[in-house]
Amino acid sequence: MQVFIDAIPFLVDAWRLILDPTVLLYLLGGVVMGLCIGVFPGLGGIAGLSLILPFMFGLDPIYGLALMIGMVAVVPTSDTFASVLMGIPGSSASQATVLDGFPMAKKGQAARALSAAFSASLFGGLVGAFFLTFFILIARPIVLEFKSPELLMVSIFGLSMVGILAGRIALKGFVAAGLGMLVASIGEGPFNGELRMSSYDYPYLVDGLKLVIVGLGIFAIPEIVALLRKDQAIADRAPLGAGWLHGVKDWWQNKWLSMRCALIGVVVGVIPGLGGSVVDWIAYGHTVQTTKDKSKFGQGEVRGVVGPESSNNAKEGGGLVPTLLFGIPGSGSMAIFIGALSLLGSGELEVGQSMLKNNLNYTYSIVWMLALANIFGTILCIGLSGQIAKITSIRFALIAPFIFMIIAFAAFQSGQNLMDLVALFAIGLLGILMRRFDWSRPAFLIGFVLANPVENYANNANQIAGIRFRESMEAGLAYIFSPIVLTLILITVISVVVGLRQSKSIMAEGAVTSGKKRAPMVFLMAVMGFIIYALVNLASIPDYAFVDAVFPLFVASVSFVAGLILFVQMMLKPEGDAVFADRAAEAEEQEMRFKLWPTLGWFAGLLLATSLVGFILALAGFLVLFFHFRAQLKPFQTVILSVAGVVFMCGMAWLLNRDFPPGLLQHYVTLPWPLT
Amino acid sequence: MNLKTTLRTAGVALGFVAAAALPANAADLSGKTVEWTIPFSETGGSAKWANFFAPLLSEHMAGNPNVVVKFMPGAGSTKGANWFQKQKHVDGTTMFGSSGSTQFPYLLGDPRVRYEYKDWIPVMASGTGGVAYLNPEDAKMFDGTANNLKGKTFVYGNQGATRLDLIPALAWDMLGMNVEHVMGIKGRGDGRKMFESGEATIDYQTSSSYLKNVAPMVEEGKAVPMMTWGSLAANGDIVRDPTFPDIPTFKEVCDATDGCETSGEAWDAWKAFFIAGFPAQKLAFLPGDTPQDVVNAYTAAFADVQARSDFAKISAKRLGKYPMYVGDDAQAALNGALQISPDAKAYVVGWLKDKFGVSLN
Repeated sequence: MQVFIDAIPFLVDAWRLILDPTVLLYLLGGVVMGLCIGVFPGLGGIAGLSLILPFMFGLDPIYGLALMIGMVAVVPTSDTFASVLMGIPGSSASQATVLDGFPMAKKGQAARALSAAFSASLFGGLVGAFFLTFFILIARPIVLEFKSPELLMVSIFGLSMVGILAGRIALKGFVAAGLGMLVASIGEGPFNGELRMSSYDYPYLVDGLKLVIVGLGIFAIPEIVALLRKDQAIADRAPLGAGWLHGVKDWWQNKWLSMRCALIGVVVGVIPGLGGSVVDWIAYGHTVQTTKDKSKFGQGEVRGVVGPESSNNAKEGGGLVPTLLFGIPGSGSMAIFIGALSLLGSGELEVGQSMLKNNLNYTYSIVWMLALANIFGTILCIGLSGQIAKITSIRFALIAPFIFMIIAFAAFQSGQNLMDLVALFAIGLLGILMRRFDWSRPAFLIGFVLANPVENYANNANQIAGIRFRESMEAGLAYIFSPIVLTLILITVISVVVGLRQSKSIMAEGAVTSGKKRAPMVFLMAVMGFIIYALVNLASIPDYAFVDAVFPLFVASVSFVAGLILFVQMMLKPEGDAVFADRAAEAEEQEMRFKLWPTLGWFAGLLLATSLVGFILALAGFLVLFFHFRAQLKPFQTVILSVAGVVFMCGMAWLLNRDFPPGLLQHYVTLPWPLT
Repeated sequence: MNLKTTLRTAGVALGFVAAAALPANAADLSGKTVEWTIPFSETGGSAKWANFFAPLLSEHMAGNPNVVVKFMPGAGSTKGANWFQKQKHVDGTTMFGSSGSTQFPYLLGDPRVRYEYKDWIPVMASGTGGVAYLNPEDAKMFDGTANNLKGKTFVYGNQGATRLDLIPALAWDMLGMNVEHVMGIKGRGDGRKMFESGEATIDYQTSSSYLKNVAPMVEEGKAVPMMTWGSLAANGDIVRDPTFPDIPTFKEVCDATDGCETSGEAWDAWKAFFIAGFPAQKLAFLPGDTPQDVVNAYTAAFADVQARSDFAKISAKRLGKYPMYVGDDAQAALNGALQISPDAKAYVVGWLKDKFGVSLN
């Protein structure tokens, strides 16, 4: 108790620091900048912080902190726009928001979904700050309890959410998650650097695929293509008025859910090494499990928005604990934050234990500025949501090229390589097929996100446990089966059992009718083909580096068996069974104005043209042709929109100081920026 | 004019003298943007290093060009270095920063390396050091020699056998200590956390991280420094690290430990890789065909940075008290770092194979 009383003067001093008008101005400046950057999918805190980093040198610490915190705090709030309005997971913080937020937008309830999300975000942020004010004082020993076995169990718990999101045919969800894990294993093995499912002839694959690309490809591209084919607006009916008050009410009705999810967010955020990748899935899973009528999930259940959004801002607060107390960044943006901290003032702020001892006032200012920035950000976002939600009533053919442009730009930023776009397209194709045959895309993404943590922690835990067991049996058992691990195992088992029982009624991606046998069979066989390739490839890893193969080999074997059972089921079951889900058989699908392949052809064309003449020239051509032929606009409108698109893209890249993918042309001729 | 501005003016004036002493005149980059590519992510030590120098460089370079740091992570910096190898001089706005992790695969003949250090023009180099430390219990057995540590089993979180972690791993091996390496740690910060939570029982950090994160643990009695890698004196000897004058060097500990020799092939190999990895750990390069006037502009600017009155103070805080080399001195530092005898290389390649099963061919 004494600890808390001793901290009060620092808390008071922190508020004295924050309530300086100049500080508030800096904070607001950061919030506005963060909002502008955060609305773009794939560009988040890292891009924003890199932008302001040059100005940090020698800046008064509290001003610099205000600017950075303002920016970091609103990214998980502002990326909700992309998740809800376009079905694009803007960052790992908003993966789960897509599941119910986007269907709401389709039903004309975008403003409602947005304001429910923002209210939940705000509340989560405040709960997080309040909790941290006390928790940060006693956090150190608790964080140190999380060793490799505990971290492994948290990752597995996150993975167990696959059980809830697996869809109608649990086996399919299972294989989808396995597929996600295998895709995540592509590239250099983490321990001996052996190549898995890649070769030095294709250097791009050696580094593995990035979350930005997989997230955009698996969720965004299928939705964009489907919407484009319908050639209507995102919302299939007139948007419901302003709707934002409704959203705030939705949040209020679910305030206890919001509270629980916020606490989940802080607690999981505090655990170093996991960052935010599992938080929103765990929150979504919790939301589903605690909702009586589960049938609406995936079709626009507002609780599915409130839950994850409450957790993702709270997580930012939790993530400060490992960042500030241990100097271990929980995410990329936190890593830059640490770097920038040492540039401030004369370098008196240094992450580590001194943040509690000498600089507790600054630590508290950080915590509460985060909360304050959340308030500013939420007010701005709710204010804007009514207007921005109107985007859902515009004919989609007019928006799609811009969305695709931004996605392509964001994807390119992850590796600065033309292959980023190829990978985006390939994953997009997989996403389209998974959507068509009702294979759970959330399960795939969970598998992808959690494969690396599970593999690393399993390996560490295994190695250290081996050493402890050689010491003595008790030491080994005490290491593996700590109270935290046992508790987590219990929670995971309950969650899986309950989840599997419920998953049949949860269609995370809406109902799908069943069709003929052939197409679903062919897709399954293609998936099996990849799994078999993975098995063969992994088995060829030499013995001395076998540790690089163990995890993916295990995943591939299990997926292979599951796939085989699925195959047998498909052989035995009659046509029309749920196992043959195929969107192509839906009545709505038949009414689509455009066929799948020509629609995809437009994007393939952009890709091809980029490889020839570079991104900006290709984009200019793409926009003109698309607006003219596909959207059938008048020449005047075509020119205006195309110019606007190119200018916007160049402005964005100039501001963030980024380049565009070059093509063959740039190989021979030196062109001025932005054509380089 | 107060003292600070006077000093700063004096520093700038000194810089001008230094610049004037150079043979050719320097190019003016006004209105341009210098892109400094770092082959690591935004999160690492190299990012910190470049972000520290970028605004200073901009301030002191003729024409005050914008200096931005770009990140091109991949394949442990091999990707970025391969990219830089293909860059040609255009208008003097391309700069590259390498680190010890770029040097080691080059020296070890990693098949992915398609770059050649000798093609590049170094304009600045800066060094660092490292400190190994023990948990308090085992440290009681440490008496300046590793003799009493030999029966113990230590656990260390290792980032990768061919990374900078090669230096501590080889050192402990030479001392005859039984260290179990938990491979696949994502950064030294994770290794440190493993030590703090008791999963690892031995660790090492580079100087800046040691000062910031381990020194407080030492004060609390939760960690005990064992040895530094030392510092390279002008005559090529390893002496005590000026940042840690009270901590013995590995050389001293090795000398005092039975069975550890500070001569012979193991020692030569360790020393060669230490020189490659620490005293000139981070270098800034221009493409090989850069004209002399552009090289001069960079050299003069870095010399000015070094001559700032407050440089010692701000750099000690952020980078530690380590030498910074500019121009010809940077070239000399690079030459030293690249001098690995075939014997030393063969020894390390063989040792990596025996100890970790890593095959580099």
